[in-house]
Amino acid sequence: MADTKIEQMSISVAKEPSMMTGAIPRKEWMDVPAVFKPGNYCYPGKKDIVEYLDKNLPGKLFGEPREWKVEEDDWKLPENWKEIIIQGMKERLDKFRSFKVFMDCCVRCGACADKCHFFLGTGDPKNMPVLRAELLRSVYRNEFSKASKILGRLAGAREMTFGVLKEWFMYFYQCTECRRCSVFCPYGIDTAEITMMARELLHLVGVNTNWILEPASNSNRTGNHLGLQPHTFAQNAEFLLDDIEEATGVKLNNLTFNRKGAEVLFIIPSADVFAEPGIYTFMGYLLLFEHIGLDYTISTYASEGGNFGSFTNNELMKKLNGKMYAEAKRLGVKWILGGECGHMWRVVHQYMDTMNGPADFMEVPKSPITGTVFENAASSKMVHISEFTADLIKHGKLKIDKSRNDHRIVTFHDSCNPARGMGLLDEPRYIIENVCNAFHEMPENTIREQTFCCGSGTGLNTGEIMDLRMRAGLPRANAVKHVHDKHGVNMLSCVCAIDRATLTSLMEYWNPGVEVCGISELVGNALIMEGEKERDSGLRFEPLAGMEG
Amino acid sequence: MKVLQALGIVLALMLLAYVGVKVPGGRTLFGVVLPYLGFAVFIIFFIVKVMDWAKSPVPFRIPTTSGQANSLPWIKQNKLDCPSTTSGVIGRMLLEVLLFRTLFKNTRAEIHEGPKLAYGTSKFLWLFGLLFHYSFLTILLRHMRLFTDPVPGFVHALEFADGFMQVGVPTLYQTDIVFLGALTFLLLRRMILPYMRYITLQSDYFPLVLLLGIGITGVLMRYVVRVDVIGIKMLSHGLVTGKPLIADSITGIFFIHLFLITVLLAYFPFSKLMHMGGVFLSPTRNLANNSRMKRHVNPWNDPSIKPHSYAGYEDDFRDFMVEAGLPVEKEPEPKPAEEDAPAEGETKSES
Repeated sequence: MADTKIEQMSISVAKEPSMMTGAIPRKEWMDVPAVFKPGNYCYPGKKDIVEYLDKNLPGKLFGEPREWKVEEDDWKLPENWKEIIIQGMKERLDKFRSFKVFMDCCVRCGACADKCHFFLGTGDPKNMPVLRAELLRSVYRNEFSKASKILGRLAGAREMTFGVLKEWFMYFYQCTECRRCSVFCPYGIDTAEITMMARELLHLVGVNTNWILEPASNSNRTGNHLGLQPHTFAQNAEFLLDDIEEATGVKLNNLTFNRKGAEVLFIIPSADVFAEPGIYTFMGYLLLFEHIGLDYTISTYASEGGNFGSFTNNELMKKLNGKMYAEAKRLGVKWILGGECGHMWRVVHQYMDTMNGPADFMEVPKSPITGTVFENAASSKMVHISEFTADLIKHGKLKIDKSRNDHRIVTFHDSCNPARGMGLLDEPRYIIENVCNAFHEMPENTIREQTFCCGSGTGLNTGEIMDLRMRAGLPRANAVKHVHDKHGVNMLSCVCAIDRATLTSLMEYWNPGVEVCGISELVGNALIMEGEKERDSGLRFEPLAGMEG
Repeated sequence: MKVLQALGIVLALMLLAYVGVKVPGGRTLFGVVLPYLGFAVFIIFFIVKVMDWAKSPVPFRIPTTSGQANSLPWIKQNKLDCPSTTSGVIGRMLLEVLLFRTLFKNTRAEIHEGPKLAYGTSKFLWLFGLLFHYSFLTILLRHMRLFTDPVPGFVHALEFADGFMQVGVPTLYQTDIVFLGALTFLLLRRMILPYMRYITLQSDYFPLVLLLGIGITGVLMRYVVRVDVIGIKMLSHGLVTGKPLIADSITGIFFIHLFLITVLLAYFPFSKLMHMGGVFLSPTRNLANNSRMKRHVNPWNDPSIKPHSYAGYEDDFRDFMVEAGLPVEKEPEPKPAEEDAPAEGETKSES
């Protein structure tokens, strides 16, 4: 839980002087230093973790492994750290047109300013996407534009200094790469791209956070970010079969691991087999597959859908993602089905085929139940569970008892990446409407492509910055509160594992009484399974409507 | 403060032109040499900048999807905000470039006691941005009268349409008023809104003040100060045909107007004004959202980056796997496999 009590936080976000509440800063932003204190930064990467990642990737992408403290003035940076940053910038400008164009063509029109959840929750001017980008742009101008270098501050240029580096570390870790600002930018400038570049540069000089690097290194070695070894992973999943049996009376026999020759490889965010409320989503997946008799297997080697590499640099993203195709090939599956996960789908949809394809050893995904060919995944061969399920429902292949979700008054949170990096908006809604009787949308400026981040994506869902997370999550929580008050919404559904973890804390803080679930939990709960017992409780063993007491 | 600096610079430029044409050779310098130079700088460095952007590849397909994607056939795709084909992309880009569609969707957020966040539509930036750009374009096209002989029909038509209210002598062009009005709005917006003032650089004020300078001197010449239009046309048409002649009747205010335009041209390719070219090259807008449907190749993809191999993984955990009944590729050896990688144990996780 956050350090600050909700009563106090409620007053400070709306009343304390900040750019959101109309206060005018006295100093220009270049003259305001970043000051680290407990609660406003993530802990740095552990030395052995950085060593491990460094060993496993070409080049010197993660800087010098060392122990260092964020609050100290000596970060033990390499002597030539400025050179490394500038050189790294040059390389990336040559590799990414996005980076170059976004550095040059911002006019500071201010359309993005109040679109960022971090800005709305903190009122810190450097959380306006335009200023976040200027933190980097100012150095770019100084190094890559002679005219700007001569004009200096008049043209918004400044030297790369340790103070600037601190600023970068602070504010590029107060961005969740959610792309909401990009929707509103007249040139499509995407702060996610800029943050990705800035984080890559920070990594080059060994400035990093452990909450990203340790899960990333776990994912590399054990297959999943939690570091669960194969047997533990499998056992965890199997425990959930007992829970399913207890709740529904049906014993599932369809869960297999690393099975060669299965038709479909199913990849999920590993939190779904481990942490509440993701485990209920997992139970939903399994019930669905049993219901339709899908020939699928789960891999312990590629047991993490989420890609913590994507929060660091392109190389580690590619390396971690590579397991999906490698495992699909080894097992000889026809296509891959992906679970509910946000960043996983950003990577799968926009990067995977380019990074690790071609996936020519698989077939164009075809639902064995309905015969639908997923043309939109013809090249990458990977289908989203919501696409798959929506198709099943449309073809009437599921026996559904909607009333089993009558104790749920549901709203839907569009997870940033599926919404703005994929366009998956109507499939989940179609599913919800077919498995629930009570569904209410949040206000239109807070859903679909305008959805607000949970406030803790891109590896920021760590305990040491709880206050910040509760602030950044405020826009989302506030929209939920609206439908909670108006319609009595008590279930916030989503298609993202980070959401399931972080929204749970966010709801406990801002909106007690609202729970969080994956869509597949609602599906699983509503399925009429063959041989089931008379149902009186849901997958969480909560009483169904009319069964209370 | 920053706006005063910008104003100071523009006033200094005006003074420079005013004084400059009084010294011997000054009229040729400000009337012929610098305009040619300014134009050359504009063309050359505009191209250089665009080529420089184009030189960097687009490694990944990263459109910002602002609507429902192309998915199952019965799910209605938003073909403009989430295009999956080239024609859809062209549609998205056209609406963006011609109508500033994104700005049209702009909102304004406020925080109230509660806390309660509220979002309202905010179309002023869109409106005045659009008015500014289109009146600027119209004025630019109207100026074609000065560079062509005979004057093409569309210029006549434009002049007629622009002055259709038939007010005043000479006829008042609406775009002159709109141009100056929109610029003033855009300038005041930066000066008055606290967050705008905070993010605005001196180099954001400068082009606005410069354009105002150009606009005001232009309006003065048309409606207030008498200038020799025939002489001006002789010079401007001469500049185009390579035989520039400066009539004695041309006065200081024209040289100020011309010099500010020269400065604008020369400044353009090195400034944020390049958003004019950049908008076409933005990878979040000009790509189709079809990255799962069609393979997109990254020219610098590094094939040497491979995933941690399955064999390596099984070597690490084979005994556990066998014990847990998980299938393995290689049967375990009698001696247990060693584990030396550090990334062991479970990550701290919330919940």
